Amino acid sequence: MTLAVPSPAVAALFASQRRRIAIAGCAIGIGLALVAVLSLGSGAVRIAPERVVAVLAAWLTGDREVLASREALIILSIRVPRLILGALIGAALAVSGALMQGLFRNPLADPGLVGVSSGAALAAGFTIVLGDRILGTVSAQLPFILLPIGAFVGGLASTLILYAIATRHGRTSVAVMLLAGVALGAFAGALTGVLAFVSDDRQLRDLTFWSLGSLSGASWTKVWTVVPLVLPVLLAVPLLARGLNALLLGEAEAFHLGIPVQTLKRAVILMVAVAVGASVASAGVIGFVGIVVPHLLRLVFGPDHRTLLPFAALLGAGLLTGADLAARIVVAPAELPIGILTAAIGAPFFLWLLLRRDRSLDA
Amino acid sequence: MSPLLEARDLTAAFGGRKVVDSVSLALGQGEMIVVVGPNGAGKTTLTKLLTGELAPDSGEVLIGGDRLSAIPPWQLAARRAVMAQANRLAFPFTVAEVVRIGIDGVGRALTRSGREAVIAEALEAADIGHLVARGYQMLSGGEQQRVQFARTYAQLRAGHVATDRQVLFLDEPVASLDLAHQIGLMDCAQRLAREGIGVIAVLHDLNLAATFADRILVMSAGRCHACGAPADVVTRATVRDVFGVDLCRDAAAGGLPVVLPQHRDAPPRYAPATAAAS
Ligand SMILES: Nc1ncnc2c1ncn2[C@@H]1O[C@H](COP(=O)(O)OP(=O)(O)O)[C@@H](O)[C@H]1O
Ligand SMILES: [Mg+2]
Repeated sequence: MTLAVPSPAVAALFASQRRRIAIAGCAIGIGLALVAVLSLGSGAVRIAPERVVAVLAAWLTGDREVLASREALIILSIRVPRLILGALIGAALAVSGALMQGLFRNPLADPGLVGVSSGAALAAGFTIVLGDRILGTVSAQLPFILLPIGAFVGGLASTLILYAIATRHGRTSVAVMLLAGVALGAFAGALTGVLAFVSDDRQLRDLTFWSLGSLSGASWTKVWTVVPLVLPVLLAVPLLARGLNALLLGEAEAFHLGIPVQTLKRAVILMVAVAVGASVASAGVIGFVGIVVPHLLRLVFGPDHRTLLPFAALLGAGLLTGADLAARIVVAPAELPIGILTAAIGAPFFLWLLLRRDRSLDA
Repeated sequence: MSPLLEARDLTAAFGGRKVVDSVSLALGQGEMIVVVGPNGAGKTTLTKLLTGELAPDSGEVLIGGDRLSAIPPWQLAARRAVMAQANRLAFPFTVAEVVRIGIDGVGRALTRSGREAVIAEALEAADIGHLVARGYQMLSGGEQQRVQFARTYAQLRAGHVATDRQVLFLDEPVASLDLAHQIGLMDCAQRLAREGIGVIAVLHDLNLAATFADRILVMSAGRCHACGAPADVVTRATVRDVFGVDLCRDAAAGGLPVVLPQHRDAPPRYAPATAAAS
């Protein structure tokens, strides 16, 4: 086979795209670092950015003197785990949103919007209230261990139900998906309400915490329960990019292009369930990250998942840690549950997206 | 040598209704078979059976002697490319991206500049070089169809590195195209056939079919009504039996048949298609 001369136009087009990606990558990276330093310095005790950097440097080099300070204690045992947890959850939620949007071939899909988070929260609620009642007598630790598992199962179950309802003859109906998601979310909400009704004061406080979403309970223990669930998902996600791109052309087209479609869909559902389940289990329901982040990125890079997925992880991490910073600053010395903040900012943004929709959303 | 593609007694039913009924065919290297037939005759369904998108209720498809269902998807993607009948996108990909996605899988054996060359060649084949940076969703129906052709073409070209025994499927590829691009696209398909690629195309224009096909397969109500050289198949009787339309038939230069609607003095008689479809 003889090939035509490589077209400079095509090469230039792809090169300019790569340049754009590199520039945006640097910008997001710098933003993330800034948010991290600011976030580690803010809270009940303010710590200057240069002190934050000094403590972090001491952490790496093992400088005993600096590490023994009160500032180091605050930063390393309270704020760093909170920052890491926020970043992981932000990345997990944004990537889950992008994955679901690819799976449903619809830019409006989001684990929060279509009831997956509510399903996970309901399952978490079950483990809090019933687990406490039934298993608490056996071991006080058991409900804690079951919580992430329960949230994961809840997330998986709602994703599967949603997909089964919305898909017929291999076609996923957008309208049915959104309506089913609303119904699922309402149903899960009702059952969570029943749980609240039968729970005691302490359980009620825990339940409220889940439904509002907060990073205030962050600890190294939580970080270490989330890392083994979320990190593998984040690392594996780039492997799905090519398949998801093909899937956006249509399910049949993806098959023609050599993608094992059923395997891909199962992998996506599993990853969303794991990521959302782990997030909900450790920080409750935090909405709109999964829809806002991929949308912003698509405005800049277009819908290519090879760029979208890694950048969703970065920007999601940056946005959620930034929101957590804001949640601690706006009503200092108290703090807002972060779920309230993301919803208060995300919901109007979402409405704005609907207002400026192009024809693709009407389809 | 075994044919590129062989179908034996393919049957597929939806809800008990046979939509493709015992169709057999063999496609040789460098051959172009054009499938014609009324709406709902089962052309698209037959294409889906041949590409593996749909599993037949009975019968089997062999590609290069291998059972279709036994070929792993990634290998199949190098052996055949498919342009489907309709294609809408929910996300704002650019034209260049749509074409590139066509070779993201099969083109992995190529270098970056090799892939860019394949894309450039495909853009030229579909005459959409001027549209590369445009959003796919903003294009006209005919332009979108050309982009899909370019994507399919690129997949075929990229797969050529792995095998030269390839099949190209085109389901109504010229349905929305202007005259020049109809001919351009079919010319391009014919060039591919001359290189040894087997082509199966669904068309409605009998004259276009007669001009480019090596063989024409006429489908009617899921069955193969006739299959053979254009001059033998495109006859007044076949057109009347299958489409329920009376046409004038003539012969153009080279002996190819040409059909035209009858002169208005003797208006064509449109018989209800049910006669042919039941
Ligand atoms: N998925 C399906 N379910 C039920 N009926 C179908 C399906 N796909 C096609 N059909 C029916 O099969 C018949 C043939 O369809 P098709 O192969 O698309 O025809 P065409 O020859 O126009 O391409 C039509 O009557 C169509 O309604
Ligand atoms: Mg058709």
